[in-house]
Amino acid sequence: MAELWDGYLWPLIVIIAKIVLIVGPLLIAVAYLTYAERKVIGAMQMRKGPNVVGPFGLLQPMADGVKLFLKETVIPTGANRVVFVLAPVLTFFLALVAWAVIPFSEGWVLADINVGILYLFAISSLGVYGIIMAGWASNSKYAFLGGLRSAGQMVSYEVSIGFVLVAVLLTAGSLNLSKIVEAQRSVWFVIPHLPMFVIFYISGLAETNRCPFDLPEAESELVAGYNVEYSAMTFAQFFLGEYANMILMAAMGAILFLGGWLPPFDVAPFNWLPGIVWFFLKIAFLLFGFLWVRATFPRYRYDQLMRLGWKVFLPFSLFWVVLTAGVLLALGRLPQG
Amino acid sequence: MAEAQINTYTLNFGPQHPSAHGVLRLILEMSGEVVERCDPHVGLLHRGTEKLIEHKTYLQSVPYFDRLDYCAPMAEEHAFVLATEKLLGVRPPRRAQFIRVLYAEISRIMNHILNITSYALDVGAMTPLLWLFEEREKLMEFYERVCGARMHANYFRPGGVAADMPDGLAEDILRWTGTFPALIEDMETLLDENRIFKQRTVNIASITAEQALDRGMTGPVLRSAGLAWDLRKAQPYDVYDEMDFDIPIGKNGDCYDRYLVRVEEMRQSLRIIRQCLEKMPAGPVRLEDGKVQSPRRSEMKRSMEALIQHFKLFTEGVRVPAGETYTAVEAPKGEFGVYLISDGSGKPYRCKIRSPGFAHLAAFEVFAKGHMLADITAVIGSIDIVFGEIDR
Repeated sequence: MAELWDGYLWPLIVIIAKIVLIVGPLLIAVAYLTYAERKVIGAMQMRKGPNVVGPFGLLQPMADGVKLFLKETVIPTGANRVVFVLAPVLTFFLALVAWAVIPFSEGWVLADINVGILYLFAISSLGVYGIIMAGWASNSKYAFLGGLRSAGQMVSYEVSIGFVLVAVLLTAGSLNLSKIVEAQRSVWFVIPHLPMFVIFYISGLAETNRCPFDLPEAESELVAGYNVEYSAMTFAQFFLGEYANMILMAAMGAILFLGGWLPPFDVAPFNWLPGIVWFFLKIAFLLFGFLWVRATFPRYRYDQLMRLGWKVFLPFSLFWVVLTAGVLLALGRLPQG
Repeated sequence: MAEAQINTYTLNFGPQHPSAHGVLRLILEMSGEVVERCDPHVGLLHRGTEKLIEHKTYLQSVPYFDRLDYCAPMAEEHAFVLATEKLLGVRPPRRAQFIRVLYAEISRIMNHILNITSYALDVGAMTPLLWLFEEREKLMEFYERVCGARMHANYFRPGGVAADMPDGLAEDILRWTGTFPALIEDMETLLDENRIFKQRTVNIASITAEQALDRGMTGPVLRSAGLAWDLRKAQPYDVYDEMDFDIPIGKNGDCYDRYLVRVEEMRQSLRIIRQCLEKMPAGPVRLEDGKVQSPRRSEMKRSMEALIQHFKLFTEGVRVPAGETYTAVEAPKGEFGVYLISDGSGKPYRCKIRSPGFAHLAAFEVFAKGHMLADITAVIGSIDIVFGEIDR
């Protein structure tokens, strides 16, 4: 009995508690990211944004959530019911499981696995399945076009993100996210790898289908792209998944380039703040950029997006990987073994 | 091995589509993302305006023109009152002519604000819309102060305008012309040199001047192709011949040039507005001709003849001598013409309306063929279609 408790039950309870501790705040963060988006873009467009529900409109995300929860889920007649319902579940699920390997602060990580980067990469690649399933199962041309666009787009930008990751892990000498952060103690990778950071950030926009790469759901062309037929909770799951992915991208950016939970300088006023606060500040900074971009830029056309991905980012990131490896070899700091 | 047959598929774009600008229905023959054939369907907003006008007096017909191009209502009224005046053989007082030109130009800016910003929204940039709509709101207030309605003005009359401008309005408009250019510049910083905006619009849906002429295109669409044809210069009406302004023209006739032409036209309109306010003389704003204009209310209280005159005018309408005319104005969207036939009674025998948007939409295939789905929305935005005037 004791063995069962110590060996299985207690660890299970601990893991579940940790998951709840991650997922709960994450969902709240997603809700308030939508609020922040509306407020920030509102300010940029000289209007107020939500300000009616609750003080400063702070309860607006809750009201939106409740509304979506209470509405009827409409399943189109021609739709493939199983795939149609499965698609948003998959998207939402994948957006959440990726957080398992994110280190929030020193040692604050659910699964400190040695192939953390590969895990993240695999999960974000799977994300396209949810969307393409949604596009196909809806049995609508707009949704189908949206799904196809999204698949093409995510696959293209994944390639350059892959090379960005290679450059970073060459420099850090590890695939473990905590070790990558530790490797930035002296200097954040954003300084030696600034062009890679830019590519990563733009690819991140494309990967999360954010403006100016929001073609899969381009309102003015495809009405709403792959989620045109979705309503109520199924739509909410897409929405939550998408915003959770945005936060994930920002977290990845913070970990890979901005030194994760490390303060900018390890001296008095900076290291008073706990690491997790620095981590959240960095995520918030990157997310603000996401919102800013949305208020500023028009949308790319599909072929232009592909051209940017394959003809600009891919060759450049490939070149940078070779350059990084060359420089590290010359300095004798190439990771061994 | 049998060759694979690649089929096109049909995509129904509209009539309920967020960027269809109303009730446009496009049947798109698509090959992947590329548009192979494009068939615009019109008529979903048909209200029988032309037929209705045949059963209304000339005065009662004016409000129908507000409802044609509801983005620039007074520009349409202008064409109808000019046509009626031509048949009547009268000219309105000078002050009225200045007010009409002033409001025609305000309408032009209203229209261009709506068009440019919603066009930017169609290619994905949403901020210009929210920045400039505040200005559009101010222009609607100028409408409201002069005629009581923000949109469907019903302000122009055969033989002048309904009422004089209230005190202080001219100063406020003048003050507004001082602040508006800064907002145009703000918008231009977001769009003009924006790489993505240029990639989405430069060399998209280019037309030559010849193609444009062959298909009856007018207005900014024609001018973007490099032809400086503007009815305000070519056949000046009211006091446009006294105004000093330039006609902006484009070079390539593409979506980007159409955008630039409209932005510059807003600046030129501001010049005209300032000149109007400067040169506007004092005096009456409508004809004191009892056959055309109703007598004043105060007069009707005292004079039996005035009361009878009023009764005749509002039961039978103004009797317009038999004849016909085609009168066109340079509306913000292009040449807006009214072909009016009078049989000498109080109601028009026929009123044919030529709307610029109809010709542009009819040529949609020229613009859109071979472009991608995303370009369709850019084209719809850049040719500036409003279904009120196309479907009539």
